[in-house]
Amino acid sequence: MHELGVVFHIMDTLESVAEENKAEGISKVVLELGEVSTVIESYLQSCWKWAAKKRELFTDASLVVEMLPAVTYCEGCGQTYPTVEHGKICPYCKSPDTWLLQGNEFNIKEIEVY
Amino acid sequence: MKKEVRVLEIKQSVFADNDRQAEFLRQELKEKGVFLLNLMSSPGSGKTTTLMRTIEMLKDRFKIGVMEADIDSDVDARTISESGAKVIQLHTGGMCHLDAEMTRQGLAGLETGDVELAVLENVGNLVCPAEFDTGASRNAMILSVPEGHDKPLKYPLMFSICDVVLINKIDVLPYFDFDMDKCREYIHMRNPKAKVIPICARTGEGMEEWADWLAEEAADWRRQKEK
Repeated sequence: MHELGVVFHIMDTLESVAEENKAEGISKVVLELGEVSTVIESYLQSCWKWAAKKRELFTDASLVVEMLPAVTYCEGCGQTYPTVEHGKICPYCKSPDTWLLQGNEFNIKEIEVY
Repeated sequence: MKKEVRVLEIKQSVFADNDRQAEFLRQELKEKGVFLLNLMSSPGSGKTTTLMRTIEMLKDRFKIGVMEADIDSDVDARTISESGAKVIQLHTGGMCHLDAEMTRQGLAGLETGDVELAVLENVGNLVCPAEFDTGASRNAMILSVPEGHDKPLKYPLMFSICDVVLINKIDVLPYFDFDMDKCREYIHMRNPKAKVIPICARTGEGMEEWADWLAEEAADWRRQKEK
């Protein structure tokens, strides 16, 4: 459900981008998706396929999703580590005083238009 | 002839548009002196019951308007209308959350002219509503005891954006393995500034503290209009 909502949202945004740039259609959309964002790539792809058929501008558009790995920074020892593997606690110094450096992104990177 | 393909670099968050609209709406509401509370929770945590009692407690101090957002039905709106507050039902058409633009339309439907305290009862869901800023003055969420004290770990974003977390249904605490201290700890891990208020909307326990908090925040917000 969430993925369908964000797909509509992306398409709305891109429709105005295409209009501003006087594009006839979109052939490719590249998104950047953080490893610990709340969006699941496979759901995103199927929602995209479903929604693209219903919107003229997107009927020929392929969706490319580039994943960004999640990285956490530790205030305790100043090191970074992979978030998914170790979670909230720093594997080096065991400090819980950590925050996400990268990994919850959800960006529209670029599009190909004609 | 082969069509010429151009690459347009966009590099913006999917949520950037909505964030802008939300900020705009927030400023507008501030100028009008309307305080908007975005109330979120999972389904069945007691949003409507909590809201009914809150309206009862604050209706003499503020003109209250409520927007009920649901995928379908108007059962909540009908319940709330019994409280005497102005109410409008919003249907999200299958969507799992409200965004700033839908909130703006809802407020227009509510005819905020004389409303001082508006409440948006968001769709019951701990994931998507956290990602879409509605333009609200403050975000509140309800976590009910039967859901368990580990929810802040499972839905970190929701807890990190809330100004206040109400822990509802504390009357059933003896029947659940709900650890209140752990729950506070987990919430503060995600959001050190969040205020945590244990309540029971059914019996009224803790509701005074919550109503006071809300009244104070709303009054503060409305004072900024005069500045």
